[in-house]
Amino acid sequence: MTSSITPAAPEGGRPIAPSMNVQPPKQRRRPRMLSITGLIGLAIVGFWLVMAVAGPSVAPHPANALVSDDSFGPMSSAFPLGSDYLGRDILSRILHGAPYTIGVALAGTVCACLLGTVLGLTGAAAGTGGKAGHWVDEVLSRAMDALISIPNKLFALIMVASFGSSVPLLILTAALAYMPGSYRIVRSLAVNVMTLDFIQAARARGEGMAYIIFIEVLPNMFRPALTDFGMRFVYVVLLLAAMSFLGLGVQPPDADWGSLVRENILALGEGAPAVLAPAVAIATLTIGVTLLIDSLGGRGKREKDGV
Amino acid sequence: MNSTLARLVVKRLGSGALTLLIVSLVVFTITALLPGDAAQALLGQEATPETVAALRAQFGLDQPAYFRYFQWLGGLLIGDPGTSLANGMAVADLIGGRLPNTLKLAAIAALVAVPLALTIGILSAMFRGSLFDRTMNTAAVAAVSVPEFLIASLAVLLFAVHLQWLPALSHVSEINSFSDFLRAYTMPVLTLCCGLVAQMARMTRAAVIDQLSSPYVEMAMLKGARPIRVVLTHALPNAVGPIANAVALSLSYLLGGVIIVESIFHYPGIATLMLDAVATRDMPLVQACAMLFCLGYMMLVLVADVSAIVSNPRLRK
Repeated sequence: MTSSITPAAPEGGRPIAPSMNVQPPKQRRRPRMLSITGLIGLAIVGFWLVMAVAGPSVAPHPANALVSDDSFGPMSSAFPLGSDYLGRDILSRILHGAPYTIGVALAGTVCACLLGTVLGLTGAAAGTGGKAGHWVDEVLSRAMDALISIPNKLFALIMVASFGSSVPLLILTAALAYMPGSYRIVRSLAVNVMTLDFIQAARARGEGMAYIIFIEVLPNMFRPALTDFGMRFVYVVLLLAAMSFLGLGVQPPDADWGSLVRENILALGEGAPAVLAPAVAIATLTIGVTLLIDSLGGRGKREKDGV
Repeated sequence: MNSTLARLVVKRLGSGALTLLIVSLVVFTITALLPGDAAQALLGQEATPETVAALRAQFGLDQPAYFRYFQWLGGLLIGDPGTSLANGMAVADLIGGRLPNTLKLAAIAALVAVPLALTIGILSAMFRGSLFDRTMNTAAVAAVSVPEFLIASLAVLLFAVHLQWLPALSHVSEINSFSDFLRAYTMPVLTLCCGLVAQMARMTRAAVIDQLSSPYVEMAMLKGARPIRVVLTHALPNAVGPIANAVALSLSYLLGGVIIVESIFHYPGIATLMLDAVATRDMPLVQACAMLFCLGYMMLVLVADVSAIVSNPRLRK
């Protein structure tokens, strides 16, 4: 992830947005990237990203194999995280669930942020344009305000009630639910950047809108946008986990980590690891991403906007 | 209240009403414009086209969509959101039976969370950067980034399984004494409060810090006022608006939180009613519950915005 941040740094003699980078970015970034909590977060996120791809192939057992005689068995050398209500290996089920929990959430977040960014930039570009553009901006912002007034879990419930639960629907739901927040952030970032002198200079040079957006505006809002992406990913993971926990997310025989908590909820009475292990897996993922983002900085902007 | 202030508040209320109207349109569009409709779903695959058409006519589904939307909206406004498809009862009665429970749970959670969060938030702001501040900040980050069901599971494991103080489910129908009340409500409220307190405390801290960094506080410190006095008599009165704003915004967390908490503890509230409706695809009930949640959310956001407007010293006479 470290290298993917570098596009935010200016290339050649291009001016930097003064409001965001007062000091030279390199001096500011290096100590932050080396913070211990940030490294821990990076390690956790890296681990889970690898598991999202490789998890099913490194799992010791197939996801649905009945391998243990015990239901809700304890941790043992054969079953490191115990067994579930049917005697399946929890570690294997978590590893097989990783592509669902991480993959679906990632797909939803990417869609949400792409949509939000495209619309946000459209709004910002239109808003700084003529009178007709201002109108476009106004309509977009008003529609987003309405969408953001529907609590996300509630929106997901309506979608599932109407269309039934499936992986594509969950991705679409997450994308629609978190797009307005992304729109607001991107729009406000872009509007800020667009008032700066180098944009005026580019306009005076006669550059087109596409050039201004892709070459001048986007690189200068990359870091806060990346931070926002991470926070949004955490929210989407939590939303999807909650939906699966309610039995309205990923449907059997497939299972993400939220489904694993749901199907093993009876283990709670016995204090078996079957119910806690998948819940803790979700917590490590979300806390890992949060730690990583905190060390990247830029959270303040998000909180100020209250999204 | 002067006229500028009144105009701003009225304007905000108006835009709130408009937003609610758009929300109702979105909710209706998602839930009512399906390729297959309720009549088909209710009768199943084997139904003859005639019976489906008859049931559609009975539900009014043969009317054009915009007509149904206005009919539904009109019903909502006069408090008649239709009848449940699952059991034929009036949706208003079903909701009326459950709503007090949810409001009670939310009110108790708010009563516990608000004083706790304000204390933590103000203390963190006063002793910014101290061990207390950093511990609370870490705890808050952890509390908002783990799923609610993990917190609930840990609470059940601790209080119901290991200590055996409380039952794992919430039995609200058998409340005869204060101890019954505690047994029924402690764990749901505890679970709700974790996320709620975390969010509220962080926003309160930010609001107080904002005030503490303003020039008049510096002036008060320069003239030699003690830190406690600076916070209590100088900063806090000015932070009331931002804090009210933070409290109202954080309370909207409850709307998402109760869905999970009611489900885990089998609490008979509006969220469990809605979850059942979602599972049986009982659309009139889903729509009504959804609008109720959206209304609650909008009201909290409105309270937050209006308290921010009213407390703005620049608008005071």
